[in-house]
Amino acid sequence: MPEPSTPNAMAHTAVPTIVVVGHGMVGQRFLEALADRGLTPAAGAARVVVLCEEPRPAYDRVRLTSYFDGRSPEDLSLVEPDFMDRHGIELYVGDPAESVDRAGRTVTARSGAVFPYDTLVLATGSYPFVPPVPGKDARGCFVYRTIEDLLAIEEYAKGAATGAVVGGGLLGLEAAGALKGLGLSTHVVEFAPRLMPVQVDEGGGAALLRTIEDMGLTVHTGVGTQEVTAGEDGAVNGMALSDGSSLDVDLVVFSAGVRPRDQLARQCGLAVGERGGIVVDEECRTSDPAVFAIGECALAADGRVYGLVAPGYEMALAAAEVIAGGRSAFTGADLSTKLKLLGVDVASFGDAHGAAEGSLDVVYSDARSGVYKKLVIGSDGTLLGGVLVGDADQYGTLRPMTGTVLPVAPEQLVLPAGAGGPVALGPSALPDEAVICSCHNVTKGAICEHTALPEVKKCTKAGTGCGSCLKVIGQLMPPPEDAGLCGCFPYSRSELYEIVRTLEVTSFAELLDSHGRAEARGGDGCEVCKPTVGSVIASLAPTVGASGYVLDGEQAALQDTNDHFLANLQRNGSYSIVPRIPGGEITPEKLIVIGEVARDFGLYTKITGGQRIDLFGARVDQLPLIWTRLVDAGFESGHAYGKSLRTVKSCVGQTWCRYGVQDSVRMAIDLELRYRGLRSPHKLKSAVSGCARECAEARGKDFGIIATAQGWNLYVGGNGGATPRHADLLAQDLSDAELVRLIDRFLMFYIRTADRLERTSAWLERIDGGLDHVRDVVVHDSLGLCEELERLMADHVAGYRDEWAETINDPERLRRFVTFVNAPDAPDPSVRFVPERDQIKPDLELLAGPVLAVRTLEGTAS
Amino acid sequence: MTTATITTAQDTGSVRLAHGKDWLTVCERGLLTPGRGVAVLLPDGDQAAVFMDRAGQVYAIGNRDPFTGAYVLSRGLLGSAGGRPFVASPLLKQRFDLATGACLDDEEAAVPVFTVRAD
Repeated sequence: MPEPSTPNAMAHTAVPTIVVVGHGMVGQRFLEALADRGLTPAAGAARVVVLCEEPRPAYDRVRLTSYFDGRSPEDLSLVEPDFMDRHGIELYVGDPAESVDRAGRTVTARSGAVFPYDTLVLATGSYPFVPPVPGKDARGCFVYRTIEDLLAIEEYAKGAATGAVVGGGLLGLEAAGALKGLGLSTHVVEFAPRLMPVQVDEGGGAALLRTIEDMGLTVHTGVGTQEVTAGEDGAVNGMALSDGSSLDVDLVVFSAGVRPRDQLARQCGLAVGERGGIVVDEECRTSDPAVFAIGECALAADGRVYGLVAPGYEMALAAAEVIAGGRSAFTGADLSTKLKLLGVDVASFGDAHGAAEGSLDVVYSDARSGVYKKLVIGSDGTLLGGVLVGDADQYGTLRPMTGTVLPVAPEQLVLPAGAGGPVALGPSALPDEAVICSCHNVTKGAICEHTALPEVKKCTKAGTGCGSCLKVIGQLMPPPEDAGLCGCFPYSRSELYEIVRTLEVTSFAELLDSHGRAEARGGDGCEVCKPTVGSVIASLAPTVGASGYVLDGEQAALQDTNDHFLANLQRNGSYSIVPRIPGGEITPEKLIVIGEVARDFGLYTKITGGQRIDLFGARVDQLPLIWTRLVDAGFESGHAYGKSLRTVKSCVGQTWCRYGVQDSVRMAIDLELRYRGLRSPHKLKSAVSGCARECAEARGKDFGIIATAQGWNLYVGGNGGATPRHADLLAQDLSDAELVRLIDRFLMFYIRTADRLERTSAWLERIDGGLDHVRDVVVHDSLGLCEELERLMADHVAGYRDEWAETINDPERLRRFVTFVNAPDAPDPSVRFVPERDQIKPDLELLAGPVLAVRTLEGTAS
Repeated sequence: MTTATITTAQDTGSVRLAHGKDWLTVCERGLLTPGRGVAVLLPDGDQAAVFMDRAGQVYAIGNRDPFTGAYVLSRGLLGSAGGRPFVASPLLKQRFDLATGACLDDEEAAVPVFTVRAD
């Protein structure tokens, strides 16, 4: 072995040097495999040098498009932050290998650095193929391969209106989805007669085409690109197609397949295939025994170049094992894939095209809903492969069964529910040796040694590749120990809601004793379940026959202190008060009353984050006095203390604003009055904007309404807070009545199915099927629930009474509003204030000490 | 007055708190709501929180929440864990054992306990 010629101290030790050229997904998998085998500098077994062309370490190229869903390049990283340091691996990013001297066993990087090697591993991947059409280098032409490509497309798309993708394969459709997401009117040009010609057959391609055209993309199949035309400024302005037609486009993305990057191998005289690819044997060794090639740059022993990540990973493992002195072989892999393209599930596995002699197809095709399923069955009844488009849920169970005789008739597996099938062929039907995760080649048996998903991911890597097997892994895990609300109830909030509703339970104690955990029955419940059940009973009060007043009877003991005193507890034990101002519209007289009340009781006054007027610093005993004045002036409770509707904000709308197209203020008032007092799993906020300028910020609300010339658009699931989320469009151009009916259904469905303290945004993202499911339920009435949801809301609206008006008119209810049970007239000496900016603020110094200083009952008036 | 409130007719006795050598009469037993508390002003200016659980057992602890300094424990929600009653502070929700005053969420913290009689 030639003596290394580098000053690096490591090189003078006896350990061999492994140089890896390329740090993509396969390169990183190779490094992990080395680390697993202890072949690292940290283990004292090798020097490992990695040369990476891109400016960042390995990232998940399969999920490249998710960058446009708001993921950052960092989110896509495949490298644990301390991976390189922990194993002592030298990673040089932005410094690709330029040449290899096989005789001298050195690699020279672009920076000029020379690295001697004992073993060289080429993982250079592939490059996008750009067909040699005239104009392909014009400004506005891109490829779709790296994060840098994406960033460039994103930047250029800002000045573009129409884009075209050349290539209707897997990556081409990904790119088309990205262009559409960037707001471009998008064309897809595919030379083959169907989309995704490699993965799906004609029927699948047709189902895919219909769904993708429904999304607003224009697809041209069976035509080639003849020329990209550019204007005088050198920028793309159109495309000429082989059928004589032309397209006006501002941006072109070439995604017509990839080619192995084998230049480095060619330059140093390694054998390459006729159509490219570095020739390797089953051990992934090239024609030079000291050089290996893995992943998309390699021409595998079976004569194929694999463009998928799973075979690349297998090659990485095989090469690492061989380099570590073990035995391993990569003899080929199947091309099964499952992915979500533009929201459509597409999967193919095994012999998808029915190439085997005597094979027969079992096909289900529903063009209307874009579902196509085909199973290829051998003459002896074994499953050979299949294609699934539009609904690929069965991929996880069918693919591992390839090569076996199915336990049920194949037609039962492709029919939709309600048509005699499908038979739920769960993962329990799979044999232990069935491969569940094909990216990392993990069997069912290996997965079932673990009991929780995080553990499976950590120990076996299953589910960390493409993720298509996660659902099956979830089904293989034992059910979570306990999904109960708290230590008292084994049920979730939505289950308790159903119990209360169907059994018409009106008492917490009754519910706890009948449905609580055995050890909690007869007890007092806890701070989690009491307010939750209190809220559920309050939500259903008119329907199940409970009192609508949240402080009646036993309900009083369930409410958090805010609900208990119908005000918001502040840090020094004082309370704040928010009167309802529906839609934010208020007369000068009422504004003056608020000012007078605040002045007379010495309250700190502020417009809150939610744009409401809040009066701070009231003692418990002052609350009824303050509210007597407010109720007399026509105010009602603003429910700022409750998990309930807070406010419906509005812009001034059509009446005053020159841009307004609807009366947003009237609608906001109507909605606030309709839903006031509605108890829900968490607070509810809303807003109505009078035009698309959206001054009311409706898309930051749980339900937001934006006026259109034709009516109203309803958005749901937005919020501000720590994790802001824009609301999603539920339905558009609604009449007043349609809008109210939809909101009725939406809110009641949320209240019925959400978890405790789960805002609509989190709920929408959690529930199966997400927004589409909610739309099915509340717009299309897919569950037949809408009539009941509307009735529940009608009950609420009819049963509403103002809690504060009821309280101040009832001496029995007023009795609780004393600070001290033994001294009803004494104010709380611990609630004191000091001045700040012409108002008051809590005297926290008073509270800071270990105990309150001794003070008498006198002299405590604040 | 249209709806029934919590008045437990059989509970006409009074609630008394040990204070120094004396028993301080706090209120009628019927004024307590099961599952909730009331605040008591002590002669020395200190405050206690008195609770009644579902079984009718009465407890008293200091009213000051040691985590915030505010005198609010009487306004917390009562619960039971493993058969032992506790109150959860209405401010930051730490739980205190009503019988011992120990904080269930922080070994370092505790509140004083008062001897109480309800007969």
